[in-house]
Amino acid sequence: MAIPLHHLLILGGLLFCIGLVGVLLKRNLIVMFLCIELMLNAANLTFIAFARQLSQMDGQVIVFFVMVLAAAEAAVGLALVIALYRTRQTMDADDLNLMKL
Amino acid sequence: MKELLIWIPALPFIGFLLNGIFGRRIPKKLVHWIACLTTGVSFLLAGIVFFRFIGQPATEFSFQYFTWIQSGAFRAEFGLLLDPLSMVMALVVCGVGFLIHIYSIGYMWHEGGYYRFFAYMNLFMASMLMLVLADNFLLMFVGWEGVGLCSYLLIGFYFEKKSASDAGKKAFIVNRIGDFGFVLGILLIFLNFNALGFPEVFAQVAELPVEAGYGLLTAIGLLLFVGATGKSAQIPLYVWLPDAMEGPTPVSALIHAATMVTAGVYMVTRTYPIYTRAPEALFWVALVGSVTALFAATIGIFQRDIKRVLAYSTVSQLGYMFTALGVMAFSAGIFHLMTHAFFKALLFLGSGSVILALHHEQDMQNMGGLRKYLPVTCWTMWFGTLAIAGVPLFSGFFSKDDILWQAFAAPVPHHLIFYILGTVAALITAFYMFRLMILTFHGRTRYPADKLDHVHESPRTMTTVLSVLALLSLVGGYVGLPAWLGPNVFKHFLDPVFKYLPSEQQAAAAHHHSINQELMVTGIAIAVALLGIIVAWVLYQRRHVTPENESSLGWLHRLIYNKYYVDEIYDATVIHPIQRTSESFLWKVFDVGIIDGIVNGYATLSRALGIFTAQLQNGLLRSYLGWVVVGSLFFVIFILFFWSA
Repeated sequence: MAIPLHHLLILGGLLFCIGLVGVLLKRNLIVMFLCIELMLNAANLTFIAFARQLSQMDGQVIVFFVMVLAAAEAAVGLALVIALYRTRQTMDADDLNLMKL
Repeated sequence: MKELLIWIPALPFIGFLLNGIFGRRIPKKLVHWIACLTTGVSFLLAGIVFFRFIGQPATEFSFQYFTWIQSGAFRAEFGLLLDPLSMVMALVVCGVGFLIHIYSIGYMWHEGGYYRFFAYMNLFMASMLMLVLADNFLLMFVGWEGVGLCSYLLIGFYFEKKSASDAGKKAFIVNRIGDFGFVLGILLIFLNFNALGFPEVFAQVAELPVEAGYGLLTAIGLLLFVGATGKSAQIPLYVWLPDAMEGPTPVSALIHAATMVTAGVYMVTRTYPIYTRAPEALFWVALVGSVTALFAATIGIFQRDIKRVLAYSTVSQLGYMFTALGVMAFSAGIFHLMTHAFFKALLFLGSGSVILALHHEQDMQNMGGLRKYLPVTCWTMWFGTLAIAGVPLFSGFFSKDDILWQAFAAPVPHHLIFYILGTVAALITAFYMFRLMILTFHGRTRYPADKLDHVHESPRTMTTVLSVLALLSLVGGYVGLPAWLGPNVFKHFLDPVFKYLPSEQQAAAAHHHSINQELMVTGIAIAVALLGIIVAWVLYQRRHVTPENESSLGWLHRLIYNKYYVDEIYDATVIHPIQRTSESFLWKVFDVGIIDGIVNGYATLSRALGIFTAQLQNGLLRSYLGWVVVGSLFFVIFILFFWSA
C-alpha cells in the first residue's frame, strides 16, 4: 500500500511551518536550534517523497548531503551557543542585541 | 627657409621653457643670457630669412609642418606664412624685442622674480611671432591668446600690489570681450568658406564682389574688428591700456607700445581682402581709429604720470594706424606701425630710465631739469619726441604724413573727416609730447634737493639700447619717402601682399593726385606740429606752468584729467550692474537657493531615508529572521506568479 505523494508533501510543509514559527517566536537559543533542524528534516522528507515518486536517486543523495550539513551545523551552532552562554550567562536570543544601531 | 623659419618662434619658446623650469636654480646672469641669446638668435634668423626672401622671385611662401588638429572633415595645419607683411612684422618684433630684452637686464636687475620676468618675456616673443607668422586663423588665434596671457602676467608682475593685479585682470577681461568678437568672426569664416588657412580663405573671398551695404563680409569684418579694438586698445575697449602701465617699464615698451598692441593692426591688414570688399566695415575701422586718435590725444594733455601720457599717446597712435587701414592705405598703416615701434619703445624705455633714476617717481610734478643728471636719456628721448611729433626728417614725420595724405586723397566716402580728426590729433600730439619733455628734463628742478645726489644716469646696457632706438627713430622713416621726395621702398616691398584688392580699388589707387596737393597736406602737417610745439614751449618753458597750476583751468582740466570719466561711466553702466546682479541674484538667490538647495536637498533626503531604514537594524535576531522569511516569500511568489521565462 503506497502513501500518496501529496500526503507526504503536506506533512513536509506542516513540519517546515512548525519549524519556521518556532524559530521566529521562541527565545531560547537551543529551541530555535531544534526548530532549524526540524525545517531541514521537512525539506529532507520532501526530497525523499519526490525521489520515490520519480524513481530517481538524486533526491536521496541530496538528503545525505543535507544530513552531513546538519551535523556540521549542529557542531558549530552548539559550540557558539555554549561560548555565548559562558560569556553572557544567558540563553535568551533577545538579550543578544549588541548589533543594534 | 622652411627649417629656419620655424626656429624664429621656437627659440624664444625654448628660452621660456629653460627659464621657466630652471630659472629659480640658475644664477641671474645665466637667466638673462638665455633670454637675450634666444631672442637675439631669433632676430638673426629673421635677418637671414629676410635676405634670402628678397633674393627670391616669389613673394609668398606657405610652409606646412604637420597636421595640428584633425577631427572628422575638419583639419587644421600647423603652417607658417612668409610674405612681405609677416616678414616686416617678424623683423620689428624680433628687433625691438631683442633691444628691450637687453634693456631689461639693467632695469630689472634689482627686482625680485628676475627669472620669472625673462621667462614671461620670452613666452611673449614666441606667441607674438606665432601670431604674425601663422598661416591660418586658428594658429593666429593661439598667438593672439598667448600674447594676451603674457600681457596679463606681466602687467600683474608686481602682483603683491593690488593696483597691479587689478590692472592685469582688467586687461585680461577687456581683451576677452574683444576676443569674443574675434572668435565669432573666425567661426563665421569657417562656416562660409569651410577653410581657415589665409591663402584658401582669401582666394575664395577674392571671387566675391564688393558688398553694397551690410552683408556677410561686413559682418565678418566688424566682428574681427571687435577683436582688434580689444587687443589694439581702440574705443570702446581702450580702457585697459593706460592701467597696463602698472607693469615694469620694459613691458610697457615691448608689449603695450611697440608690438602686442599692434596685433589688431596687423590682423586687419592681413584680412584686407575681406575689408576691401566690405566698405561699411572699413568705414567703421577708419571712424573708430580717427576718433580714438583725437580722443586719446586730448586725454594725454593733462596727465601727470609720465607713463600714462605715453600710454594715451600709444592709444592715439594706434588710432592713426587704424585710420590708415580704414582708408585702404594698408602699407601706410604698417609703415607707421614700424616707426611707432621704434620711437614709442624709445620713449617708454627713456621714461623707464627716468623712473629708475628717480627711484620709481612717476609724477611729472616732481621732475623738471633732469637734463643735467640724465644726459643720454634726455637726448635720446628728444629724438623720439621729435619723431612722434612729426618734425620733418624724423621717422614719424614720414609715416604720419603718409597717413594724413592718404586720408586726404582716399577714394572712400567721408575721408575728409578722418583727415581733419587726424590733423587735430597731430597738433595735440606735438603739444603733449613737448609738455612731457619740458616738464621732465627742462625748467626748474622740482625733485627734492636732498635726493638729487642719488640721481644718476642708467647703466650702459640701457643707454646703448636707447641710442640704437634713437638712431632708428631718426632713419627708420627713410624707407618710405613721400612721392615728391623719392621712391617709397617700403610700400613697394609690401605691394605684392595686396594682390586681392578689388579691381575698382586698384584703379582708384592708381589714380594720381597732384604733387601740389600732397605738398599742401605736408605743409599743413608741419604747421600744426610747429603750432603744438610753440604753444607747449611758451606755456611750459617760458611761463613755467607745472601740472599743479594746470588745475586753474577748472572743469575742463578736471574733465580731461579724469579721462572724461570713462572708467566711471563703465563702472556705473556695466561693472556695477553686473556686480549687483551677481551678488543679489546669482549669488544669494541662484547659488544659495537653487544650486545649494539641490545639493542640500539630496543630503536631507538620504538622511531621512537613513533614519527610516536604520530602524530595521534593531538588534533582534527574530526580526532579522522575519525579514529573511518575508524576502524569501516575496521571491517565491514572484517566481510562481509573475515569472515568465
